Amino acid sequence: MSEGHVSEAVQTVTGTTVPQRSTSRRPPRPRELSIIRMGDVVAVLGALGAALATTGLLWTEVAPFTSALGYVIVSWLVFVVYYAVLVSLDENRPTMRDRVAAVVVNSLAAVVLAALVFVIVYTFVRGWDALVHTNFYTQDLASVAPLTPLNQGGVLHAMVGTLIQTGIAMGIAVPLGLVAAVYISQVPGRLAQLIRTVVDAMTAVPDILAGLFIYATLILLVTRQYDGIAASCALAVTAVPIVCRASDVVLRLVPGSLTEASYALGSGQLRTVRYVILPTARSGLATAVILGTARAIGETSPVLLTAGATTYMNYNPVNGPMMSLPLLAYSEVQGGFAQEIARGFGAAAVLLVLVLVLFLVARAIGGRGPGQLSSRQARRRAAGSRHDLARMQRALSASHPGQSPALGVAYGATAPDFPGANS
Amino acid sequence: MHSDESATDHGLAALGFSSGQAGDPADPDTAPGGSSPRASAPRRPAPPKRNLKSRMGTSDIAFRWFTRGGGLLVLALEALVGSFLFFRAYQALHKAGWSFITAQAWNPDGGSFGIAAVLIGTILIAVVAVIVAIPLAMGSALYISEYAPRALKRLLTSVIDLMAAVPSVVFGLWGAFLLQWHIIDLSHWINDWFYWIPAFHVAGVQRGSTQPWANFYTSSTFDAGVVVALMITPIACSITREAFSQAPLGEREGAYALGATRWGMIRSVVLPFGRGAMIGGMMLGLGRALGETIAVALIISPVYAIQPHILQQGTSSISSLIALKYQEETPFGVSALMAAGLALFLLTLVVNLIAAQIVARSRSGAVSEV
Repeated sequence: MSEGHVSEAVQTVTGTTVPQRSTSRRPPRPRELSIIRMGDVVAVLGALGAALATTGLLWTEVAPFTSALGYVIVSWLVFVVYYAVLVSLDENRPTMRDRVAAVVVNSLAAVVLAALVFVIVYTFVRGWDALVHTNFYTQDLASVAPLTPLNQGGVLHAMVGTLIQTGIAMGIAVPLGLVAAVYISQVPGRLAQLIRTVVDAMTAVPDILAGLFIYATLILLVTRQYDGIAASCALAVTAVPIVCRASDVVLRLVPGSLTEASYALGSGQLRTVRYVILPTARSGLATAVILGTARAIGETSPVLLTAGATTYMNYNPVNGPMMSLPLLAYSEVQGGFAQEIARGFGAAAVLLVLVLVLFLVARAIGGRGPGQLSSRQARRRAAGSRHDLARMQRALSASHPGQSPALGVAYGATAPDFPGANS
Repeated sequence: MHSDESATDHGLAALGFSSGQAGDPADPDTAPGGSSPRASAPRRPAPPKRNLKSRMGTSDIAFRWFTRGGGLLVLALEALVGSFLFFRAYQALHKAGWSFITAQAWNPDGGSFGIAAVLIGTILIAVVAVIVAIPLAMGSALYISEYAPRALKRLLTSVIDLMAAVPSVVFGLWGAFLLQWHIIDLSHWINDWFYWIPAFHVAGVQRGSTQPWANFYTSSTFDAGVVVALMITPIACSITREAFSQAPLGEREGAYALGATRWGMIRSVVLPFGRGAMIGGMMLGLGRALGETIAVALIISPVYAIQPHILQQGTSSISSLIALKYQEETPFGVSALMAAGLALFLLTLVVNLIAAQIVARSRSGAVSEV
């Protein structure tokens, strides 16, 4: 289906009218359809009020009053019915259905958003008692009993453990995943297709199986102890397919015209990947890696089976158990004392902050599509082009002394777009 | 851009790269046909077919082997995980035989163990999660792609991605400490009115009584399912939203031109276009729900008997079984856990492969979904 705008101008060629395409090739934008009328707002508010009142009546008089949650759900259902009736009083059936659908869709989206906000806020609220103490960030739990007040002990050992474990895991997973992603996106063939299928399938395989795998191989057969490196391996097993698949998706988004231009200029596959594909996909790859890290940092189940739980600081990943934040959150709340629960939620809140920071960094880097440059990248690329230009001019003026001025003018204009110039 | 391109042409011409000089005057591709405009030119014998095989340089060969090595390493790793599960599970499977599928108790060293109870628990939790997640995911996907103001779309997309990145232990804590205590009343209400549906039956509760309900309704399949639903909603939502927003503009405008309301347009254009992605996205969510460990382990209280009543306290799942039992097991017990893990592995593998197929078929071209 052709989306081009047909302009008003019509050209007559040998008796036939030929519509002339406008030269502007901007993508068409969808029409703005939202019109808010007073009557609609009144209908929504009226139905809402009536629904709340009816449900209140139902709850207090007919069925015994039970829960706030049930009240909200039932009044929402009643609200939808009332609203449908109200709208159908002065609109036809399709309009009524349209309005009801809009209300339903809006409220479902609001529920999802509210759930996310609740989850995040609740974690911080329950952990607040622990989070306000500075010792929470500077001490470990070595000398802390379940009932020790919150102004002693902290989660420093778990923070350090999380950073060490995630660092090692991503150190394994990122290069491996990236190389495999480059392979399956750049060297098409049956093997690449097989790897892609397997990686796709493994992305969603339960992460506890990675933990179980490392537990049964590395721990039971080789090291015979819980330690940081086992946890890192388990995390890496989980993270490899995630990183690989996300990078593959990003690499496939690199425009084919760029790759083909590179090949047409005579560069081989290595140079094309090194100087065209990877720089073009850089921001997307960074996003993929950071989001993979965010996933790995929050994984509990692989760590649960492999890291062992400790209360003391352990910097050495190959000797003895090493705590991490999700594991601390999980194990602390099992105790059931108020202080332990506060510590568990505090650890979860710290973990959440880590994930949020990673996520924001990923958004800041990865907002752009492939090939779109930030202003700094564009400047750097232009400088690279100018450098190349100067180099070519020197070479040219050495062989053909007469031609350099014309070249200089021409290349000065093209400098920012010269492909692969940021080397 | 346009002015730059013409400038590039000049520059290339100055360097001697213009197409006129580089092109071969006798085009070998059109010559053998004979029907070309230059047919009047004296015919030459058809030139031999050019050999189009590319000869790679050393660096490219090295590059190819290097990346192939990386790919094979990943393949080997994944194959190792799968085959090791098979290998270690064999001992337990061999001993248990068919009773592994039918037995409900989990007591490997006592001789009787099977996954009937945990498998059904796993599936029930996942089914509850999917049923709760379908409207949430579809609604939020439709909202973002069709209803949200344009300025909000990007932000909401990021928020949904963020929701997918929230660690499962955070969801688990929320479910265990907040949600399940507030959902008791809803469970009770459902049980009160729909107790005649077998799944909603709760043993030991009299209708209309005011017993302390916490002992009956907490730590149930329903609680775990609702929390897992929130965890799989962003996955299903982002896949579905992508398909929705790719619904062709021409058909959309056509529907409007024929007088459709917005909902009419969505029903006749967007939903049919995104149906494959909706199904695939939910299947991917189902795969995730089947394997969810920590949130489930935090909420449920394990019961190793088939628990078909989803509101009743006590259920179990394969992944939480592994998480709760791995430490106290003998080598044979670990083998039994491996067998349970293998069952989960195969289950999620099948679900994921089907989902990936459906999603891949429903989308045109590759799109980002990190």
